[in-house]
Amino acid sequence: MIKQNVIIAEGLSKIFGNFVAVDHISFEVAKGEIFGFLGANGAGKTTAMRMLCGLSTPSSGKATVAGFDLFKDTEQIKKSIGYMSQKFSLYEDLTIRENIQFYGGIYGLSKKQIQDKTAYLVDHLHLQNYQNSLVKSLPLGWKQKLAFSVAIVHDPAIVFLDEPTGGVDPVTRREFWELIYDASERGITVFVTTHYMDEAEYCNRVSIMVDGRIEALDTPNNLKKTYNSLSMDEVFLKLARKAARGE
Amino acid sequence: MSVLKYLLQKEFRQIFRDPSILKIIFIMPALQLIIIPLAADYEVRNINLSVADHDHSVYTQQMIQKIKSSGYFKLVNYSSTFQEAFTSIESDKADIVLEIPANFEQNIVREDHASLFIAVNAVNGMKANLGASYLQNIILNYNNQIRTKWIQFPPIHPQTNIKVAVSNWFNPMMSYKYFMVPAVLATLLTLLGTFLTALNIVREKEIGTIEQINVTPVKKYHFILGKLIPFWILGLAVLTIGFLIMRFGYQIHPVGNMLIVYLFASLYLLVILGLGLLISTYADTQQQAMLISFFLLMIFIMLGGLFTSIDSMPDWVQKLTWLNPVSYFIDVIRLVVLKGSGLSDIKNHIFVIIGFAIFLNSWAVLNYKKTI
Repeated sequence: MIKQNVIIAEGLSKIFGNFVAVDHISFEVAKGEIFGFLGANGAGKTTAMRMLCGLSTPSSGKATVAGFDLFKDTEQIKKSIGYMSQKFSLYEDLTIRENIQFYGGIYGLSKKQIQDKTAYLVDHLHLQNYQNSLVKSLPLGWKQKLAFSVAIVHDPAIVFLDEPTGGVDPVTRREFWELIYDASERGITVFVTTHYMDEAEYCNRVSIMVDGRIEALDTPNNLKKTYNSLSMDEVFLKLARKAARGE
Repeated sequence: MSVLKYLLQKEFRQIFRDPSILKIIFIMPALQLIIIPLAADYEVRNINLSVADHDHSVYTQQMIQKIKSSGYFKLVNYSSTFQEAFTSIESDKADIVLEIPANFEQNIVREDHASLFIAVNAVNGMKANLGASYLQNIILNYNNQIRTKWIQFPPIHPQTNIKVAVSNWFNPMMSYKYFMVPAVLATLLTLLGTFLTALNIVREKEIGTIEQINVTPVKKYHFILGKLIPFWILGLAVLTIGFLIMRFGYQIHPVGNMLIVYLFASLYLLVILGLGLLISTYADTQQQAMLISFFLLMIFIMLGGLFTSIDSMPDWVQKLTWLNPVSYFIDVIRLVVLKGSGLSDIKNHIFVIIGFAIFLNSWAVLNYKKTI
């Protein structure tokens, strides 16, 4: 079986004035894969991700996302992806139900689909007692799980997660990754950035960015072999120390 | 279309869930409309008068009595030296000194001629100016009164008098409330519309939800309509509350057809919401949005004809006010409410305001980017 690639990037770059934030990155992500996108702060991860989501126009290079050209079909791409940013981006002054309804609605789901999704998510995330509470009253870990579920409410081909577990306790992080595996099993490709190396081990493949370039890209096990390390932590330190850029 | 429905539903839920926003929208304009016209009254009252009387005669007593009973003056000091009276101006107790020379009564009776001296504290130019002219009027009046007492039934009046009869049209009582209330309402609507729109969108930028919207297939015009429609409806609601206060609180009965004001206001709201939208596309934080809005609105209001008449501004400033949407709305609301102007009278205003709406909103839409 030939693996189908849902993200293909070739020489993608983003330049802000004199600053090359992302420097000719090329990679492919296969359908259903969990792709870890690692790098130190300021390495260019978020910029790269924002380009792939159509939030930022690349300065040069080529890319297709979910089969659509990044330059020509940005609006088509937006229908096929989900995105969860570093900033929490559900409406805190709306209830859980209202947030699901709103995002389902603007992704064009039917009333029936929204109802089903809401019922499923409330049940799945054990939010029965909170479905009519305002989102701001939820603990951070729950908010993040909800934000992820809302980001894939329209069953996109790919979901982009930008440091989704920042500041979340280990138990909730574990639960969060279970949600990611669920999504992956349903065929949703997961593109995730993280600073937690244990999370990097959960990924099918990992790329490590240093100073805007992709320095390494392989499965966690192969990376450990290549860099002669016992853990991903060691791999990351060996690579990231080479960085010339500060924060 | 259904996307728009969800955007509107969300917006209304947020607005009606936030008690502080509701207060800002509904209570604050009402309170301001009740308070500001009382303060922005050009009629000068309570002018503090200090009298230096060197004569102490019956006539001077009568004259002072007459001045006091006019209701415009408060006698704060009555002394027999000018020096003492002038101290009261220096210490800011008095606004005007009236000096009555010695032998005032004698001079009037014997020589048919007497003079008075008025010294004015012109720090507050308006109060001083008006105060002095009120005082002169009252004295003139008193003068005429005593003269008619002396000369009974003369064949010809000793002084030829041209009497000017003034009739005030459209605002017969010359009440400043009639003039101010509609204009204050127009100004409040402007402030509210611009600030709410600008801050609302910039707030979504700040908390990051706008980015979440930008990765969805929501169209630019859907998002913008989703923001403009709720504030447009709220603006008309505020206008209605304002009209009720005007009608029942100030007893101003609009002469013209209020539907014309609504028609104009609904177009005008598009202009100021477009302005708010435009500001939001340039500002990244709520502080920036506040400062830009404040700066622009300050100019618009000062040049809007609310406090000072546009006709008495220098020529080049008058031309600047043509670029000021606020001046058109204040003009229209005064014309319709006080004068009863019809649609054909404000035809030009309508065309100009439609032009503003198209210009500002297109600029805002062009400048609103889903990508960076």
